[in-house]
Amino acid sequence: MHLSRLALASALILAAITPAQADWLNFRGPQGSGFDPSAATTPSELSEKTLAWKVPLPGRGLGSAIVVGDKVFVTAASGPEQQQLHVLCFSVKDGSPLWERRFWATGRTMSHTKTNNAAPTPASDGERIYALYSSNDLICLDLEGNLVWMRALTLDYPNASNSLGLASSPIVAGDTLVAQIENDSESFAAGFDLLTGVNKWKLDRPKSANWTSPTVVKKDGESIVALQGSDGILGLLPSTGSSVFKIAGGASTIPSSAASGDQIFIPSNGMTAMRIGASGAEPEKVWNESNERPGTASPLIIGEKVYLINNAGVLTAVERSTGKRVWRTRIEGPFSGSPVAGAGDRLFIFGETGIGQIVDLSGAEGKIVSKIELGETILSTPALSDGALYIRSDGHLWKFSAGL
Amino acid sequence: MKATLALLTASLFLSLSPAPLCAAEWSGALEQILKVGPEGAGNAEAAKAWGELTSHGSEVILPVLEAMETAGPIARNWMRSAVETVFERELAAKAPLPADQIKAFVLDRKNEPNARRLAFDLFGKVSPAEAGALIPGMIDDPSAPLRRDAIALLITEGKAQLDAGEKEKSLATLNRALDGARDIDQIDAVAKLLREKLEQKLDLPKHFGFLMHWHVIAPFDNTDRKGFDTVFPPETEINLSSTYEGKEGKKLTWQEYATSDDYGKVDFNTPFSPLKQVTGYAYTEFTSGEARDAEIRLGCKNAWKVWFNGELLFGRDEYHRGQRIDQYSLPVKLKEGKNTILVKACQNEQEQDWTVQWEFQMRLCDSTGTAILATDRKPTPEKAAPARRPAAAPAAAPAAAPAAAPAAAPAPAPAPAQ
Repeated sequence: MHLSRLALASALILAAITPAQADWLNFRGPQGSGFDPSAATTPSELSEKTLAWKVPLPGRGLGSAIVVGDKVFVTAASGPEQQQLHVLCFSVKDGSPLWERRFWATGRTMSHTKTNNAAPTPASDGERIYALYSSNDLICLDLEGNLVWMRALTLDYPNASNSLGLASSPIVAGDTLVAQIENDSESFAAGFDLLTGVNKWKLDRPKSANWTSPTVVKKDGESIVALQGSDGILGLLPSTGSSVFKIAGGASTIPSSAASGDQIFIPSNGMTAMRIGASGAEPEKVWNESNERPGTASPLIIGEKVYLINNAGVLTAVERSTGKRVWRTRIEGPFSGSPVAGAGDRLFIFGETGIGQIVDLSGAEGKIVSKIELGETILSTPALSDGALYIRSDGHLWKFSAGL
Repeated sequence: MKATLALLTASLFLSLSPAPLCAAEWSGALEQILKVGPEGAGNAEAAKAWGELTSHGSEVILPVLEAMETAGPIARNWMRSAVETVFERELAAKAPLPADQIKAFVLDRKNEPNARRLAFDLFGKVSPAEAGALIPGMIDDPSAPLRRDAIALLITEGKAQLDAGEKEKSLATLNRALDGARDIDQIDAVAKLLREKLEQKLDLPKHFGFLMHWHVIAPFDNTDRKGFDTVFPPETEINLSSTYEGKEGKKLTWQEYATSDDYGKVDFNTPFSPLKQVTGYAYTEFTSGEARDAEIRLGCKNAWKVWFNGELLFGRDEYHRGQRIDQYSLPVKLKEGKNTILVKACQNEQEQDWTVQWEFQMRLCDSTGTAILATDRKPTPEKAAPARRPAAAPAAAPAAAPAAAPAAAPAPAPAPAQ
């Protein structure tokens, strides 16, 4: 084949398998960072006026919705012991149910009453959905609901569970699904083959409960998965699990890090910013601010600022390059979910009392410009896609759209 | 322990030896799904088989439901999603569905319990009224998921009778509900009504099958959480008249212990006072009228290990992340006659007020949660009456008598029977 034809064919294949920019494929979207610069339009207000649709859900869950093309996916768990697992697919357009698959939990479903079995957000590579539950059931379906593979990780690794509930969300990096099943007993992280679900690698992790999710750091075009844990950050190659870097000094086990370019912003000793060096080089500390402590919500990096929400419901902006505080403002919490943003200087966050807020970041200080009361407990993080915002509770999934 | 764990795991994965399937065109696909194994083994082949099964029409529903009888938990999930996918597609297309056969599958109590519940849900989508009419007959159903709906109906009926002032009827209805209930939330709901509204005395430990009579010994060391892996003397011999050296050289002997807690909690802090970084053991014997399959169900928020008839069943080194009834299920084979149970419970170094507990609760039941009682089960210990504080009690008055005060520790002590 002629080279240019080959290049064209390759480009077409790549285009076919590369998710559209509008997709929101995992917890906190691109790189697991919460910020999607390609989301050019986002709702300017949260109100009846921008509410596109609202659909009921058959069970509890605090994992976010994810969006692939014209479909939105969400997981749930139902039954007295949360043993019924649901994967649900709705039409982005009108919220009509497209398909649902149900399974029985094979692992322990016990959790603290505040959380539940459907705590992790599913992940996607644009072709398949990977749904993980606190019971360690890991299920892969294609976008039409055809079952591709299943793992029952508690049957494989009987002591891998947390009696308070697991919540770490998996992420697809390259050709591997990476998940952290970290707990006080049989604690591990693993990379799973996207097509078969078999382990590509598995490594022991600190015996310590950990609810953080992996993030992806880009270095010279290469994806490095950052696993956060009580001992710090471990960067590894997703396809092999080979260690690329380590950042000691400990890190939070609740809010997750956020990556932006070759930098990673870690809830560690307050907040710590690190730059990932060249291959083989030690990561370099950019700054540390011990007074800036995120609560449950994970940090968000937009442009030259890092946004943090503490457990008192204070939103703080600090300079990305120095960690120096720029402004603080109180928003209505408490929060279990994390903030997200697209282009357009708007931060979206939903609180436990069901209040959704938009904070305008364009001025000298953050300003709440829109607020809605959904009337249900919200512990989840929104998803942004194609001008819309999706948020779920135990009972419902809402879509707010910029285009209404 | 590793060998036991491996055996346990293997038995969970593998189906019972696959029953011969009829040589229908989907039998190969079903057999392929039955082969899924640990760590993703057989996933690729199962995905193809799933695609083949779901390419059929409703004629595949019954054979797949029947195949669940021999399937392990993973294969059963593959089959469930295949059945539901076909059923929903055919229902949406208004194609004929084998409703009568599905109903017959539900009513045949020999079929796999979860498969029957699934079949019931499918039948309910075709004939909701007829499915609803089946529910009252399920109060003694061996499928716990089916029984639950019947118990819920009885609870609703009993409450309505209570609200109407029909106490005798309500008493009878709620007692039927209690007899049938296997789910903890339903048992709790019925017990609350019977006790608080109808003043009925209940023996919940007997209903659940909690083990109430034990011998306990402590404290052995658990500094730096090393006690979990340390083999202390009770792990190598059970001699209730022996004396052992415990933490900091303390001489330890076995003590009789009986709990009156509704949920069978065995509290090491009661006989040994609140301690930290310690290990305790509890031992009991269970006389079974027959050799049979059973489950030991444990709740514990400390690190623990359990031995049954001298064999280590399982151990878990998690501390203070939560405890509930039936937190862990350990399948065992009861021998006819005497069976022994040894529990190790380790307390760690944490000092928060929510880390004081050093306790466990254990019951014996079948796979549906129905209590299995020892042939020589002792009466449930009476709860101690709340102590009355003297009118002018000094500030340092002795604490109220504990609810489950340990008996004096005669040595040698007879082995505790349930």
